[in-house]
Amino acid sequence: MTVAIVLNVLVQGVLTGLVYGLMALGLSVIFGIVRVVNFAHGEFAVVAMYATWLLFVTLGLDPLISLLPIAIVFFGIGYLLQATLVNRFVGRAEHEQFILLVGLGIIIVNGLLMIFGPDARPANLSYSFDSYMIGPVIVDKARVFAAAGALVVSAALVAFFRYTATGTAIRACADNLTGAAVVGLNVKRLYALTFGLGLACVGAAGALMVTIADASPALSQAFTLLAFVIVIIGGLGSMAGALIGGVLIGVSEALASFFLAPSMKSMFSFALLVLILVLRPQGLMGRRA
Amino acid sequence: MKRLWDPIPLRGRVVLVALLAALLIAPAVLDRYLISIFVLIFYFTLVGQAWNLMMGYAGQLSLGHALYAGLGGYVAALLWFYFGIGPWLGVIPAIAVAMAFGAAIGWLGFRFGIEGVYFALLTIAFAEFTRIAFDNMAFTGGAGGLFLLYEPKRAHEWWNLRGGPLLFYYLSLALACGATALTAWLARSRLGYQWVAIREDQRAAMALGIDVFRAKMIAVLISAAMTAVGGVMLAFYYNSLFPAQAFDISRSIEMILGPVVGGLGTVFGPIVGAFILTPLGEGLIAVTDKLGIGVPGVKAVFYGLTLMIIISLRPDGVWPWLKRLIGLEAA
Repeated sequence: MTVAIVLNVLVQGVLTGLVYGLMALGLSVIFGIVRVVNFAHGEFAVVAMYATWLLFVTLGLDPLISLLPIAIVFFGIGYLLQATLVNRFVGRAEHEQFILLVGLGIIIVNGLLMIFGPDARPANLSYSFDSYMIGPVIVDKARVFAAAGALVVSAALVAFFRYTATGTAIRACADNLTGAAVVGLNVKRLYALTFGLGLACVGAAGALMVTIADASPALSQAFTLLAFVIVIIGGLGSMAGALIGGVLIGVSEALASFFLAPSMKSMFSFALLVLILVLRPQGLMGRRA
Repeated sequence: MKRLWDPIPLRGRVVLVALLAALLIAPAVLDRYLISIFVLIFYFTLVGQAWNLMMGYAGQLSLGHALYAGLGGYVAALLWFYFGIGPWLGVIPAIAVAMAFGAAIGWLGFRFGIEGVYFALLTIAFAEFTRIAFDNMAFTGGAGGLFLLYEPKRAHEWWNLRGGPLLFYYLSLALACGATALTAWLARSRLGYQWVAIREDQRAAMALGIDVFRAKMIAVLISAAMTAVGGVMLAFYYNSLFPAQAFDISRSIEMILGPVVGGLGTVFGPIVGAFILTPLGEGLIAVTDKLGIGVPGVKAVFYGLTLMIIISLRPDGVWPWLKRLIGLEAA
């Protein structure tokens, strides 16, 4: 019996972790390639959650459908943000980038607070309470859909970076910025594209997150920290690392909330972060710098 | 003392003394509300100087300074709550605990070469970890918070830091002045120059024979101690502590606003920053409330905008620019 319960908790953790992983993948792309510390990352995820919730309550759109338009809009936002504002901060001191994005994050989260208020906004999907029985394991349908969605979007991103010319060019910028500029790549445009792709990931992750959690401004900082913890644990610049780190954190959160208390769930994430920073600073899947 | 005055031109000294004199007699004409704003300004000057030493001088980005203020506040408040030990005495263990955490963070960070954003995340991790721990500990009041009784019959006990706004006005003013003097002295000490060398180029500093690890550790320890003092004062000023507020990352960000806006790595930057931001933020709340459009979040949006504008247009802060404007540029 207890084995079945633990198994349930583990599966829940893995499924949630995949959505976390997609969110972190967006940060990994921005932080790993553009080298900008996007400290407004979780804030963007929560904006996507509100957008998804709004589309659901007004038009009845399923989060899995609104994912696509939201990702596209977020790509545009990211592209413009990098092209107009963040590009000027590339190569500047880390604390300056950090302060710029913290400022942006503060505006976003308090803007949401002013517009929507502090209350959580749940989206009551028709399949919210459905589940699958696989042997002794009961799996939430919504979580399965969300995790599958996260995997599809991640696969699309990996394919883009691996098989398209633009993706290869962006990877070249990450590997050798000077070299990329010398061979004539338009680094600024590629950076804007990358930031856009990163935000598209966050937008998609936020849309999927609505099936798991209720939209609320209070989530933003937790998500930002979560994304950084996952990226560092998984390894900067490693896409597989982001997903694996996401699953690891998802599982550790699920286990900690089950065995200890839900309020203690992120304690282990931070402890894990400190351990990784000290023992394996390049992350689980990262290459040694 | 003389060394602190040296870099300030005569006109600056006159202005400084006049300003200090004005602040000393100001409570005679200020009402309770304005006094409470000045207490906040002085508090942010104190913790801003503490953060400024670490980031502005030694170049170590800490985003978990709420940890030291929270720990300081909790230690002193718990000693008072359980044993009746007053904060004048309690501030010593409060500082010790904050310094112990600072030492742990510093040792991990500097011994294992965790730098820049990674160091910032290390400091956040410690602060968040502590926040969650305090949320789940019964003897600190847990998430429900810790409250210090306000007993009117003890309201005059200044030796236990029980008192009205005036007590806290002068206490916070003294602490802000002390922190500024300490910063001015350190900035022109051997250690201060070592910090700047490390901030500018750590490898070069090492090559010059500077004990980088030691210098950075001292920066963290001093900074943690100063921040803890601020935390103790704030705990007895508000008489309540909540982990979700005391250790929250937004608290840490509040502390860095002043130095960033005023000017990192300058003695007067954190003061200028605190004097600009706190009244503007509080004034904004007062005005929007009066107009009936007050919603939570207005002040924070304003702070966010200020941060973005300042860091885009004037990343060195307001003070270096202001200094030239009023002709106080030291020769």
